[in-house]
Amino acid sequence: MTEATNIVPSGGVAQAGRSQRARTAPAIGGKLKGLSDRSIAWLFISPTILLLLAINIFPLIWAIYLSFTNYRANKPGVPVKWIGLKNYEQILGSDDIWGYLQVTAHFVVFSIALQVLLGFGLALLINKRFKGHATWTTVILLPMMLSPAVVGYFWTYLFQPQAGIFNYIVGFIAGIAPDSFTMIGDANLSPWAIVLVDTWMWTPYVMLICLAGLRSIPDYIYEAAEIDRASQWRQFWHITVPMVLPFLMLAVLFRAIENFKMFDMVVDLTSGGPGSATELASINLKREAFENWRTGYSSAFAIILFVTVFGAANIYVKILNKVKQR
Amino acid sequence: MSAAVESARTVLEPTARAKRLAGGLVILYALVASIPLLWIFMTGFKTPLDAIHYPPKVLFEPSLEGYVNLFTTRTRQTPEYMQSLPPPETWYDELVRKRNMVIAGPSPFGGRYVNSLIVGFGSTFLAVFLGTLAAYGFSRFKVPIKDDLLFFILSTRMMPPIAVAIPIYLMYRALGLSDTHLGLIILYTAVNISLAVWLLKGFIDEIPPEYEEAAMIDGYTRFQAFRMAVLPQAVTGIAATAIFCLIFSWNEYAFALLLTSGTAQTAPPFIPTIIGEGGLDWPAVGAGTTLFLLPIVVFTIVLRKHLLRGITFGAVRK
Repeated sequence: MTEATNIVPSGGVAQAGRSQRARTAPAIGGKLKGLSDRSIAWLFISPTILLLLAINIFPLIWAIYLSFTNYRANKPGVPVKWIGLKNYEQILGSDDIWGYLQVTAHFVVFSIALQVLLGFGLALLINKRFKGHATWTTVILLPMMLSPAVVGYFWTYLFQPQAGIFNYIVGFIAGIAPDSFTMIGDANLSPWAIVLVDTWMWTPYVMLICLAGLRSIPDYIYEAAEIDRASQWRQFWHITVPMVLPFLMLAVLFRAIENFKMFDMVVDLTSGGPGSATELASINLKREAFENWRTGYSSAFAIILFVTVFGAANIYVKILNKVKQR
Repeated sequence: MSAAVESARTVLEPTARAKRLAGGLVILYALVASIPLLWIFMTGFKTPLDAIHYPPKVLFEPSLEGYVNLFTTRTRQTPEYMQSLPPPETWYDELVRKRNMVIAGPSPFGGRYVNSLIVGFGSTFLAVFLGTLAAYGFSRFKVPIKDDLLFFILSTRMMPPIAVAIPIYLMYRALGLSDTHLGLIILYTAVNISLAVWLLKGFIDEIPPEYEEAAMIDGYTRFQAFRMAVLPQAVTGIAATAIFCLIFSWNEYAFALLLTSGTAQTAPPFIPTIIGEGGLDWPAVGAGTTLFLLPIVVFTIVLRKHLLRGITFGAVRK
């Protein structure tokens, strides 16, 4: 059986209902022997919370502080000056930054659109349960498990105009010379090169989640529709799509967060180039923080990005939960 | 249509033709999507010349030069010097000498691979250990602000790694954790723990609490009951979670790039720096990539039943 539990319900979190099963435990509990349940609970949970406070929250607060300063990590001796909101003003008023955000948006929107189309299509096909579908599904899944940086780097070889297999195959099919175009050296093509590699890697992800959605639809709904003589087309739009939608939206949420943060695959494929044609927000952030060493400025940029992801994800989850309740 | 007189089951069963068509399309996609991976594998067995041949060579004479180049550093010598050498002792010496070179020593690749193993297993062990405890705590006890804590744990995954990397970089510099195994292990543990807690909570939720209750009525403490009644049943879930954590640590690039440079550097930031003489040594890159990806391919096949759960933080179960 397949089920989708609430991942992040409005205002808080998830799966609260499931743990209700545990309600009888404390009553019988080991209060007489050993530690009380309450202390065991905290003993078990606190190491995780402490680790996350130390490695995520403390650095976050530090980054917030740094974002109001002109600190440069490569010059530890220079006194740190508080400059208020100047970094934020500079970032939000910069045309370059808006350009990088546009590049990021192009990447996120098109890669996810392609992945949804291909992934949903493949899931529909695999759900026909043809002979050997399980084996072929595993083959399709492979790319998404691999290291994006290492695989991204290898794609620079596949994209070579002369020796690259990608150019050769595309050239052969399109009937043009393989070296008449370069995917990562051309400012018009490189934004599509990163979309292509990301789609290749992550279509299986969307496919797998859609497949779970398709398998969650009980047979009797289709049987009832069949009795009502609903056409295949109507069944698809009125049963399949609405029932898979919550799953698909969940997949889109995860992919959107990941692609908004995208760094590793693209930095090894194009390193933001040519020019700034594929300069994603994360890549620019790394450049400012670890090449130009504008630590305060890049901290402010990091905070802006984080707030954007966090805010957008929260709004999206609210919509997702409404869709699910329908 | 005759469908109306058939039973409902057969109405839903796709026709043989639909199945064949679906199968054909899926297999076509799978084959096309496999080309890059096959190409990586094949490139590892090409000679540098075959690797940059135009048109790309599908059939070629396999060579181990890529693997030899991956694991060694070599120096070019004059033909006179080559003539003066005694006959090669090993097959790899012979292979290198054909290119007028001699092996100068091992390359850093072996060390980087071992670093990946140390950091991967270290952080996986810690994340799964802490994650199991926390997941059990969340699953079985009334914890105040439980939902907020769980959401907090998940939200740590929304930070762009580079954003966290700035203060972590400063923190590690101050603590002397830069370029150490320990530093990377702690960091990966912190990243993996969100996944571990969410996944394991799902697995533990599925184990009926009656087992522990029975054990506790028999006189065991809560802790003994956890160890003897819950852990053995959660083994599959723990193993699946561990593999997911291992895959993340194994594949991670951004932190490794920024926080390590030599002694603790893992394989992902190293592989793109492999260069040969007069250009990129694609066979060596292909060999390194193959060796790096192979364990993950095996794990994916082992994990396929739990894959869905793992990639959605336990939100979708099967």
